[in-house]
Amino acid sequence: MSAMLLNKEKWPEFVKKLTGKNLWAPKLDGEAMRFAPVAEGEEVSLDYGNTRVPPKGATFPQTETMYRFLVGNMEIEEPKMDEELVLLGVRPCDARAMKIIEKLFRWDYDDPYYLKRRELVTLVGLACTEPGLNCFCSSVGGAPDSSEGLDLLIYDLGDRFLLEAVTVKGETLIAETKELLTDSDASAVKAKDKLMADAGAKIRRTVDHDGIPEGLPGLWEDPLWKSVSASCIGCGTCTYLCPTCHCFDIQDEVEGFEGRRCRMWDSCMFEEYTLHTSGHNTRPTRRERTRNRINHKYNYFVDKFDVIACVGCGRCINLCPVNIDIVEILRRVKEAL
Amino acid sequence: MTADNPYIPYFATIEDNWYETGGDRCIKTFKVVFDDPAVRDSWSHKPGQCAMIGVLGEGESMISISCSPTEGKFLRFSVMKMGKVTQALHKLETGDKITVRGPYGNSFPVDDWQGKKILTIGGGIGQAPLRPIVEYVKANREKYAGLTMIYGARSSGDLCFKGEFDEMSKCDDLSCHLTIDIEEEDWSHNVGFVPQMLLDLNPAPENTVAVTCGPPIMIRFVLENLKKLGFSDEQIYTTLENRMKCGIGKCGRCNAGGMYVCKDGPVFSYAVLKDIPEAFA
Repeated sequence: MSAMLLNKEKWPEFVKKLTGKNLWAPKLDGEAMRFAPVAEGEEVSLDYGNTRVPPKGATFPQTETMYRFLVGNMEIEEPKMDEELVLLGVRPCDARAMKIIEKLFRWDYDDPYYLKRRELVTLVGLACTEPGLNCFCSSVGGAPDSSEGLDLLIYDLGDRFLLEAVTVKGETLIAETKELLTDSDASAVKAKDKLMADAGAKIRRTVDHDGIPEGLPGLWEDPLWKSVSASCIGCGTCTYLCPTCHCFDIQDEVEGFEGRRCRMWDSCMFEEYTLHTSGHNTRPTRRERTRNRINHKYNYFVDKFDVIACVGCGRCINLCPVNIDIVEILRRVKEAL
Repeated sequence: MTADNPYIPYFATIEDNWYETGGDRCIKTFKVVFDDPAVRDSWSHKPGQCAMIGVLGEGESMISISCSPTEGKFLRFSVMKMGKVTQALHKLETGDKITVRGPYGNSFPVDDWQGKKILTIGGGIGQAPLRPIVEYVKANREKYAGLTMIYGARSSGDLCFKGEFDEMSKCDDLSCHLTIDIEEEDWSHNVGFVPQMLLDLNPAPENTVAVTCGPPIMIRFVLENLKKLGFSDEQIYTTLENRMKCGIGKCGRCNAGGMYVCKDGPVFSYAVLKDIPEAFA
């Protein structure tokens, strides 16, 4: 795969080339960064930590039409999905998350919506140089420069960017912007290696998950679940903002005679999630729901797909309104083993 | 359920429908036939499997298929009127259409049970997933060493499939034991709870498979009593239900521990089930 250099002076031109392609990049939305469409001529700054909402919506929208119908008319119309999308500035953890949940969406039954969107999206990553306060990617199989799930990875070397193609889609982008790029050299590679070693060293938070996946079943009735969930208000922020959380609800919406069956993000932290019509609830309190969230990420998913369903992005810690901290929960789990 | 989209349902027409029970939570049985002859021919399910049935504009619910494939090229669903979707289903009559996708989940290993005596222990609507076993064994009697069915409900009016039991008592290898919780006039069968009736009948565990489904509290005591009677964990099966949306192991909610009831279940042997946390939650 090729590696090329882009002088920062040519960055606006590079972005302009991509805006012909339904380009989305992190933009300030209120007080938070969030992926949004970039108009031609609009500037894109790569000076940000990470977006508040992960880019998982590119492949798994918060609400998505599965099919349309007219009430009383027994015909189903599937939505057309043919628009390509380029996400510029995806952090390695978020791209890894897309790759991880793809395993679930391919498990025995291929999920046509997820897989089609995955096919249509090109992920241009941005390696991390300043990990956030609660980042712990390197504890869960990731790294500030992990290329898993990405098509192209960009390194910010100060006065220039180093672009590394990861997939054929990445190669295509390089080919399409070739006139702006120059060949990579040894000094650039050296600078990149140093930058990434420094970035890795800046990650402060760590999880020693050795023994956790296999040890979790033994802690099913442990008092720690009550204690770590005591302050939870069941808002679901941790799961909505989690790049690997993939649970969804399916609902019908009808306006007049026009109906659609859609799916939307759901959360295992909500009481209604497992509530039976009879009133019975298999996970009746926040203790069981928190236990499920941790077990799902660190045991069930590992059992089925051999990878932890957490990429260490730290969003659930940063944005929990009552300061519940998954690193701390995992430390308690480890202690209880 | 097209080749490339498992979420797209087939259409099926209600060929017949009738009430099994009355009251606020009445149970209605729908006999449906797929509209597309190709689907009718290619569809195959096994006892214990479920299907997502629904009404466009209202939603879908996972319902166990309450007929055996040996009965013909149709499906039966016995639906209790409970929530939004089941209420919408209850409004439908013969000639109306529903959507169906599936069949989902594993099934009762009826082929592995050949040569054995089958004991089903059901309560209320829990007889719906057991009925396909009863019908399957009835259609393949030479392959099984007999069938004993225990079935109970709160009252005689709450028993499903009532007309189907009489013929069983005429056969030497089939027996049917009905019970209701509270004494009623003109009730010629047993009065008492299902788990107690199981103990009273005292079936021998030798060469027998016991399958139970019903309210959680009934299942708990049936399991206890089967153990008292000497049944091993491997001889006991049950089928679980949980809230479901996708039916294909994606949407997340039906898990009991690490098992998705829609895909890894709904049928579990007690040998497996006893180690699944949340299985009896």
